[in-house]
Amino acid sequence: MSPVPPRRGLLSGTAWMPYALLLPGLLWLGLFFVTPILTLLSTSLQEGSISTGYRFTWRFANYTNAFSDYQAQFGRSILYAGLATLLALVICYPLAYFIAFRAGRYKNLMLLIVVAPFFTSFLIRTLSWKIILADSGWVVGMFQTLGLLPPGGRLLATSFAVVAGITYNFLPFMTLPLYTSLERLDASLIEAAGDLYAGPVTAFFKVTFPLSMPGVVAGTLLTFIPAAGDYINVRFLGTPSQSMLGNVIDSRFLAVLDYPTAAALSITLMFTILVLVGLYVRRAGTEDLV
Amino acid sequence: MCAEPARRIWFERATQQRARGCLMTQATAPLAAAAAPQLPASNTPSLLFRVWRAITRNLVVFYAFLALFYIYLPVIVVFIFSFNDNSGRYNFTWQGFTLKSWLNPCGVSGLCPALVNSLQIAALSTLGATFLGTMIAFAIVRHRFSGRTATNVLIFMPMATPEIVMASSLLALFLNLGIPTGFGTILIGHILFNISYVVVTVKARLQGMNSALEEAAMDLYANEWHTFHKVTLPLVTPGIISAALLAFALSFDDLIVTNFNSGNTVTLPMFVWGAAQRGVPPQINVMGAAMFLVALGLALASLGMQRRSA
Repeated sequence: MSPVPPRRGLLSGTAWMPYALLLPGLLWLGLFFVTPILTLLSTSLQEGSISTGYRFTWRFANYTNAFSDYQAQFGRSILYAGLATLLALVICYPLAYFIAFRAGRYKNLMLLIVVAPFFTSFLIRTLSWKIILADSGWVVGMFQTLGLLPPGGRLLATSFAVVAGITYNFLPFMTLPLYTSLERLDASLIEAAGDLYAGPVTAFFKVTFPLSMPGVVAGTLLTFIPAAGDYINVRFLGTPSQSMLGNVIDSRFLAVLDYPTAAALSITLMFTILVLVGLYVRRAGTEDLV
Repeated sequence: MCAEPARRIWFERATQQRARGCLMTQATAPLAAAAAPQLPASNTPSLLFRVWRAITRNLVVFYAFLALFYIYLPVIVVFIFSFNDNSGRYNFTWQGFTLKSWLNPCGVSGLCPALVNSLQIAALSTLGATFLGTMIAFAIVRHRFSGRTATNVLIFMPMATPEIVMASSLLALFLNLGIPTGFGTILIGHILFNISYVVVTVKARLQGMNSALEEAAMDLYANEWHTFHKVTLPLVTPGIISAALLAFALSFDDLIVTNFNSGNTVTLPMFVWGAAQRGVPPQINVMGAAMFLVALGLALASLGMQRRSA
């Protein structure tokens, strides 16, 4: 996406203007994003302990050790984030579709109503799920009555609660991009598909869904990326046996003060996500994200 | 087999028929024509299509309200438990109605100072990120320069990086440089993660803008500065405002970057994070409910203004 900039804009004649505009922001990103990532890389190759101090020794064993020690947490991060992303897509697509095509003049109002709950702090929302899923709560009661849960079975402190919490917390990141791309969609194309004897299901899968792909890609990425690094839902709704990579990084960095392991895990998480995102974007065929 | 087409209102059967090569037969054609005789045939979707669409449309409505219920359930619980007359440290079971937490929202020590810290950090980081991000957006949309792709990648990277990586890398930097963490380091982190969101939001507004208006201003002998000040800036302002609101919300609600780089400074999310381990007073629910009401009020007000100006 590189539109030809108009020839006449603010001081567009001067060659230094774009650099003057870019410099402060890019300097900030360079100082506090690129440098820290490089520091993290060097920290991940250090050796030692908190009492004796850490020294840089190209210690790649930090990576292999971290990975073999925390394989399970790593797998759960990807699995939970993937499940939550899929669930969020299934929940949000019809909702975004409804707002885009059926809400008429109340479109903006509906969108506000959907997004407003997410202005109640992330943590307070998650604590609220703790009340809803509590052992004595009506949700557990309902599940037991329906036979979905054995008597005495729990929802809280299970993978179910953690995935449900993650799904819930990132819903607006899915809904908004989906809505944007559906709202832009030309409804006459769907009617044309009908005229050409495509059934509604065919029309949806051959016309509507492919045209909303940019929204689907953006929404799934915006959900998956923060979900994979989340550790708050596990802390509030799960137990250590559901712990994700975020929990390990958090405790290694802030409680155990084992910086090299924490750094190695962070770098691994970052590169895994970059690779997954790269593969996914290539497959989905939408390289024009920013 | 294409028999009895008139009774086949159900779409699935019809699709099967079509798949077998049976198009609309003589028996269904008059039905479709009778349903919409006033419209030219080319604009009218088939009857089957419309019947099915009516069903799915209502399904979508039903489904949307179910989703809304799911979205609002925790908010309702936050509201209800803000009126809970809880005894003991936890606020997880209903024990009776009281207004005392609403009347005394600062009754828990540390809660209101944390709120003030959060508001200050959110305001300052919004200011910083909006300023830096808007300039970048202008440069990207309005100017040609070398290193464009590299700039775009640099803007995209923080959004594609899990927050915990950003948070831990910042802490690694501060630890290595021996910089003590606190209010300033939280601010640095918040400006950092907000810049990209501001750039993306303002860029979208700039790209959607009609440059004819600016060209008209220039044709009418406005100089570059006047055009920018009187035409460009007013047109971009809604984009800048939504970017600033987004930045404020992201900063105000942030736990992860704050948790790693806060030192002894306690923000509202940090307070809740700590309280979740020590015991959750209902005043926290009061804060959550109030935040929801303020956000909803602001959003409705802006919607009303849009409607009036439209």
